[in-house]
Amino acid sequence: MIRREFFIDYSRCIGCKACVQACAECDTHRGTSMIHLETIERRDTLQTAPQICMHCDNPVCARVCPADAIKKTPDGVVQSSLKPRCIACSNCVVSCPFGVPKYMAEFEQMMKCDMCYDRSSIGKKPMCATVCPSGALTYTTMEEMQRTRPGIPVNSWKFGGEEVTTKVYVMVPRETTRVEIDLIQIQPTPPALPADPYDVALMLEMAQ
Amino acid sequence: MAKLPCPLPEIVHQFGPSLHTIPSGGWVRNPQDEHLVKTHCCFCGQQCGIQLRVNNNKVVGFEPWEDWPFNQGKLCPKGIKRYMQDEHPDRLTSPLQRVEGKGFAPIAWDAALDRVAAEIQRIQGKYGKDSFAVLTGASLVNEKAYLMGKFARVALQTANIDYNGRLCMVSSATASKKVFGIDRSANPWSDIVLADVILAAGANISETSPITTDYFWRARDRGAKIIVIDPRMTPIARNADLYIPVRSGGDIGIFNGMLHIMIQRGWIDHDFIAQHTTGFEEVARSVEKYTPEYAARIAGVPPAMIIRAAELFGPARTSFVLHAKGIEHHSKGVENCIAAMSLVLASGRIGREGCGYAMITGQGNGQGAREQGGKCDQLPGNRDISNPEHRKYIAEVWGVPEESIPQKGLSAIPLVEAIHEGKIKGLISICFNPIVSLPDANFTRAAFEKLEFYANIDFFLSETSRYADIVLAGSLMEEDEGTTTNTEGRVIRHRKAVLPPEGAREDWKIICDIARRLGHGDKFNFSGTEEIFNELRVATKGGVSDYFGITWDKIEKNNGVCWPCPTPEHPGTPRLYENGKFGHPDGKAHFIPVDWRPSAEMPDPEYPIILTTGRVVAHFLSGTQTRRIGALIDQTPQPFCEIHPVLATKLGIADGDYVKVESRRGSVVVHAMVVKTIRPDTVFIPWHWPLDRSVNNLTVRALDPQSFIPEYKICAVRVSKADAPHDAIASLEVQAGGVR
Repeated sequence: MIRREFFIDYSRCIGCKACVQACAECDTHRGTSMIHLETIERRDTLQTAPQICMHCDNPVCARVCPADAIKKTPDGVVQSSLKPRCIACSNCVVSCPFGVPKYMAEFEQMMKCDMCYDRSSIGKKPMCATVCPSGALTYTTMEEMQRTRPGIPVNSWKFGGEEVTTKVYVMVPRETTRVEIDLIQIQPTPPALPADPYDVALMLEMAQ
Repeated sequence: MAKLPCPLPEIVHQFGPSLHTIPSGGWVRNPQDEHLVKTHCCFCGQQCGIQLRVNNNKVVGFEPWEDWPFNQGKLCPKGIKRYMQDEHPDRLTSPLQRVEGKGFAPIAWDAALDRVAAEIQRIQGKYGKDSFAVLTGASLVNEKAYLMGKFARVALQTANIDYNGRLCMVSSATASKKVFGIDRSANPWSDIVLADVILAAGANISETSPITTDYFWRARDRGAKIIVIDPRMTPIARNADLYIPVRSGGDIGIFNGMLHIMIQRGWIDHDFIAQHTTGFEEVARSVEKYTPEYAARIAGVPPAMIIRAAELFGPARTSFVLHAKGIEHHSKGVENCIAAMSLVLASGRIGREGCGYAMITGQGNGQGAREQGGKCDQLPGNRDISNPEHRKYIAEVWGVPEESIPQKGLSAIPLVEAIHEGKIKGLISICFNPIVSLPDANFTRAAFEKLEFYANIDFFLSETSRYADIVLAGSLMEEDEGTTTNTEGRVIRHRKAVLPPEGAREDWKIICDIARRLGHGDKFNFSGTEEIFNELRVATKGGVSDYFGITWDKIEKNNGVCWPCPTPEHPGTPRLYENGKFGHPDGKAHFIPVDWRPSAEMPDPEYPIILTTGRVVAHFLSGTQTRRIGALIDQTPQPFCEIHPVLATKLGIADGDYVKVESRRGSVVVHAMVVKTIRPDTVFIPWHWPLDRSVNNLTVRALDPQSFIPEYKICAVRVSKADAPHDAIASLEVQAGGVR
């Protein structure tokens, strides 16, 4: 089987929610969508961002689970909680740096993206990456991605002091090697507001 | 007698729109009992390949079709959830007759068809042939579109047939014929990827033809520059190299302004112009006055943006120009398109790899349906109904005297105006929901109430069906075999996945049965839709859109065939105008000068704000189908009014407030959506909803004098904060026109 990986390219996302609708058609959880399509701040921008489970190499959700309900299969896919074990404590929900797992009261367990295990485990693409009309979600070979896209794929993250590597890659500008996210100290006097690149009124005025 | 038979909430209660939320058989599949049917999406002009999952004559789900070249498994939310229109509780499974005071009651097929035929004969006998009209649609397969044209001209002999493509493709079609000589996108989509610069004007691709996004991004991966022209920042505009927030109706300012600079700086292909075009000198003179400053005033944008657009587009090696309704839905829609086409011709970049032009078709068969005779001025093969040679040929194919074929009739809006004036007394319609889709909806409703008799063919009881005397229960795309012609001019096969539910019938059988009752059965004696297609092939032979060499079998083997395809051996024509050979008799393309003029209704002190309308990704056109699908209503439940914070603040409106938007013709109450991504002089409302949520209550009934397309994209309104409405309409479910 050709080894294919999952890539997210936020710059391509058009917010259409094809991924959200298709996720609910995956047979491991048909009727319930697991992918999150975040609208960043609709007032200011059209930026949207799809968030699947990143399938961490050393998943913190599994490490913090007191019931040992979250398992990673040998192919690196972190599965939804095992229902007989899940005690609904939501440790995983609060610990995930990507905000992926959700406790679903209707099913009495934590459920999340399992990379369409029924499909990806037999060599098919996950639903979201099959239908995505913009290529923001892509399931293909590393070689194909490196050959066709201007950015580079990274799977290394730093959240404050916590280093995370993931099965899923994100596309970033060429000079980037790792995505670093940190807290900033809130200043008593906020710095000048940054330029507002998507404000149509400013575009019309500034270029006059 | 076409008034509503009973209070509206009672009709909605009985016939919906209601939401279908769980697939037939539930969420858990039984794969061993299923089979897959390779077919296409029923919605937009891209006609994406999709596989429907069928279990025991029920469509129960879908599976991406990754081998179909155009979309390779990609789909938008509408395509994904399209299967939920099957097995829908609102589905009509019997003909219905209007019962005064009660609503609609089932009636036997024979009785319903007899009544329709009798009313056609009565009205035509009393008021003349043209007093009975036909309205048809561009979401019909080619076979049905052809049949409707023949039905009107042979069985009814009425001149008055037109179609809902009148609201969609006619401006680009008219312009394309005038400039290039052929009404079709010039290139296959694969050429978009090879362009070094892409110019998209009035095309909200991410929401109205989402799969095309990937073609744009793949071009950009190669280093292509993208220019987007739109009054609203659309999702692709966010990442474009140049986004120009044009004032609605100001597009000619940008195009002529760009051409002015291209001429000045020498970014013109003089050899191409000399060899393959006529009229350039006149166009060059006409754009002399379009200095960046003059052009910018018309476009309502800074001159620097127009200069930058010319700098990106002018010197490029390869380029692709696309446009859609944003420039076409204007009382100067044809001229807007012509101005865009002048850029293509002046650059000489058409008819070769990575160089071209496309109009983006809105409806599934927007391209095919207009070629087959559903348009008031055309006979099959894109033939001209006023051309004696063309009439003679079609008369021979149909086996009727040439003089029995009516002359050109009224286009859709004048046709409804003639109903309002009492000149047209009877109507049969299919695949068209004018109560929601036509501009100035209060006028449309008043017109429909004046019909003496109205027969409607539909699979759901649409907002327009409610005005019918007889409703004939028709069929969905997936319940019949047929072909459509996609936005590339590629003819493709739709497969029958399931039978129509018991009590409903295939549309073509309904039409042929009515023709039989009118005494024209010998001309409508088809055994199936393939036989209709084979007659269509002959009818289009020698025409501009020549399908003669296309068979269903050939389509299957080649993943579709692009017309013209004149002989069985011909491979089809994916790319038009190769080697500078255009469609006019002189073989050349014709430059046509256009000068900007104001829109029909410009803002004034009383109505100071520009309203523009359009679509959202979760819904399709008048919403007859998508407003019945739970997941799509969940995604976008109701319309909204996009308004810039600068304007909102001035009017005392906050995000989420109810606002009343009023024009000279009507009003709507919807929620405000305060966003910085729209021009501060403009508001936007999507149009998929009916009644008091229909933005077409506001739009203006002004038409382009050449294409007769309505001016949906600009009218004058005022906006004010409103209280939450609590009337009977507001209390309906959101999919029916309520508000929450």
